[in-house]
Amino acid sequence: MDLDPLLLSRLQFAWLIAWHILLPAFTVGLASYIAFLEGLYFVTGREIYFRISVMWTKIFAISFGMGVVSGVIMPFQFGTNWSRFSDVTANVLAPLFAYEALMAFFLEASFLGILLFGRKLVPRWAHFVSALMVAFGTLLSAFWILAANSWMQTPAGAEMRDGLFYPVSWLQIIFNPSFPYRFAHTVVAFYVTTGFVVVGVAAHFLLRRRYIEEARTMLSATLWLLTILVPLQIFIGDEHGENSFRYQPAKVAAIEAHWDTRARAPWVVFAWPDEEAEINRFAIEIPLAGSLILTHDVEGVVPGLKDFPRDQRPPVAIPFFAFRIMLGIGVLFLLTVVASLWLRYRRRLYDSVYFLKACVGIAPLGFVAVIAGWTMTEVGRQPWTVYGLLRTADSVTPSLTGFDVLVSLIGYMLAYLVIFPAGVFFMWRVVDHGPVESDGTHAVEAGKPRHGAAQAE
Amino acid sequence: MLDFVPLWTLILGLGVFFYVLLDGFDLGVGMLYRFLPDSESRTLAMNSIAPVWDGNETWLVLGGVGLLAAFPLAFAIIIPAVYFPVLILLLALIFRGVAFEFRLRDTKHLTFWEHGFSYGSAAATFAQGVVLGSLIQGYDVQGRAFSGSSLDFLTPFSVFSGAALMVGYTLLGACWLVMKTEGALQEHARRYALWSLYGVVIAIAGVSVWTPLVHPYVAERWFSWPNILYLAPVPVVTGALILWVWHALRTGKEIVPFVGSAAIFVLSYAGIAISLWPYIVPYHFTLWETASTPSTQAFLLIGTMFLLPIILINMGWSYWVFRGKVQADIGYH
Repeated sequence: MDLDPLLLSRLQFAWLIAWHILLPAFTVGLASYIAFLEGLYFVTGREIYFRISVMWTKIFAISFGMGVVSGVIMPFQFGTNWSRFSDVTANVLAPLFAYEALMAFFLEASFLGILLFGRKLVPRWAHFVSALMVAFGTLLSAFWILAANSWMQTPAGAEMRDGLFYPVSWLQIIFNPSFPYRFAHTVVAFYVTTGFVVVGVAAHFLLRRRYIEEARTMLSATLWLLTILVPLQIFIGDEHGENSFRYQPAKVAAIEAHWDTRARAPWVVFAWPDEEAEINRFAIEIPLAGSLILTHDVEGVVPGLKDFPRDQRPPVAIPFFAFRIMLGIGVLFLLTVVASLWLRYRRRLYDSVYFLKACVGIAPLGFVAVIAGWTMTEVGRQPWTVYGLLRTADSVTPSLTGFDVLVSLIGYMLAYLVIFPAGVFFMWRVVDHGPVESDGTHAVEAGKPRHGAAQAE
Repeated sequence: MLDFVPLWTLILGLGVFFYVLLDGFDLGVGMLYRFLPDSESRTLAMNSIAPVWDGNETWLVLGGVGLLAAFPLAFAIIIPAVYFPVLILLLALIFRGVAFEFRLRDTKHLTFWEHGFSYGSAAATFAQGVVLGSLIQGYDVQGRAFSGSSLDFLTPFSVFSGAALMVGYTLLGACWLVMKTEGALQEHARRYALWSLYGVVIAIAGVSVWTPLVHPYVAERWFSWPNILYLAPVPVVTGALILWVWHALRTGKEIVPFVGSAAIFVLSYAGIAISLWPYIVPYHFTLWETASTPSTQAFLLIGTMFLLPIILINMGWSYWVFRGKVQADIGYH
């Protein structure tokens, strides 16, 4: 069998980034949730917010630690497997990656320690400010990484000379055409994902009749937040889709499995896209809806894949199904918040067993949606790493053999299959332990000793 | 346009040195971990580095992305050439890092995580030494890419420098424990420090003799007139430092051994820099030839000048807070 270093390198990157993205998906949302709780505690002084915050802070610490460990891997991937990409794009992209690392470590060195270990050492307001700064810091990290990713999707503000990119305008590079949409869509996705985890945990407590008061607080406040965020996310997603439609028409054609350019295009609910024959098999379609969704006009012309040479088309089936998975989960989330409004009106939010069971069941689906959305946008960008300008095939390290990459891929797979289940298990144990009162010794299970403990005692 | 290359060389040079010194001692403690007499002293040893190890490791990432941003061509050639050492380094650091978190949470698999910690430390150190050795050897380069095979790095010289770095980090780790602990554990550490100091003498002598033989460029740098005169202080001072550390260890000093060992690392680091200057991809590309465009270097410099000092101050503060002898009760909960 011939081992293709390009394909294996792509699999390796996908494996590493897919696991890694789960952690920011959780920590970005959780950091803001903790800041929200600390703010409530600071303003109202009610102990219940403190207890809930302590529990989620423990989980945050594990998640952040795993995020750092799996994040250390990522920049080196650009060297080991994507050295051509690094050489060609470094002038433009490398400072964005470097800023992400600098700011993440700035945050870690300054405020994370206070948030995790300093509750007894600093005034309450300073602890709240630290929580806010950690939340702000996670958003800054997302800002830089998504700026870099968006530039790869919709490059701007740079020119190519002698095969290398050179920066022309840093503002245009950072605020490239897809960046505002992608940033908004991703951050809200992270908030929604975390929100449904919090709701799921609260529902689990209610079903077990444990920590009732805390669970009600978590469930109610978070569902209010989701009632705003889920519809907002669907709106932002539509705007983001329109932006992709303008700048990456081939990607959208693949996502929608449109082969022919036409007005009054249908929306394909389900199909098996056949890339060889350039048709959809077993298609179920809604007439006119395709044009309506993409152009907001039934007469709108929607470009099809046949407009693009075969060597400039992304794979069709993967983005097509990934989008439908993401959309399906979005609809499920929307139904959940609608149901929550109805139950609130009927005053049965806390004791409808079916609803609570549903909340537990859908708790992990946000992560699935994040991965699906990420897969859709990255596979949809193919066959390019920098859309329209640098091919994936020209980005890979030229010296690699398929065997080299096979060895490293197996190594990373085995390592992550040990580390990630262990991490999830430890987080689950914190949840199982529940939001109990701090025991006075202030034991934060964070994998770190208390900062400043030596001074305090 | 202004030339930012000297400044970026300085920043990256310092960053890599911080990494070597700081992660050096905590990797060294990791390697000694298995050889400590009982579980209580192992816990003490782990607690002595627990507050600082992740901060130490951040320099590796800053070094990596710094190299990519400031000298991208060097990054694009060197990292593929050391594909497997980098793989081993990263996998080892994963297991070593999570061991801090998981060791006491998962007492059923304590041995697994403890092995992860000690073997991970050893493997990560060896891999770093191999990278260094292979860098001194130089790589096959065609155009703007590494053109050799992924096993080219593996030579007797690179294996020797891997072993040399293990001995060196062990010295740093042992001296750290001498400084941070007391009683029986300190006595153990002192003995390990002396043994590894003898090892360091062999390692430094070996690398110093072998390096000029590996490439004539290095021999030319050190032994041509008048360089030999100007550069003579480097080996002389190194020798004096080794004697200083040896004497301090024999006379029961607690802080001098660590300071002296760190100084030995400064000198060794300087020696390698002198050997290779101005190359960053030895014998192919200089720092200036691999630099990113001035606009890129300037753009990143703005934020670095602001954030790097704060990171340094924070890190210094964190060492200050945890100064003095490590206590049994300060650690993981």
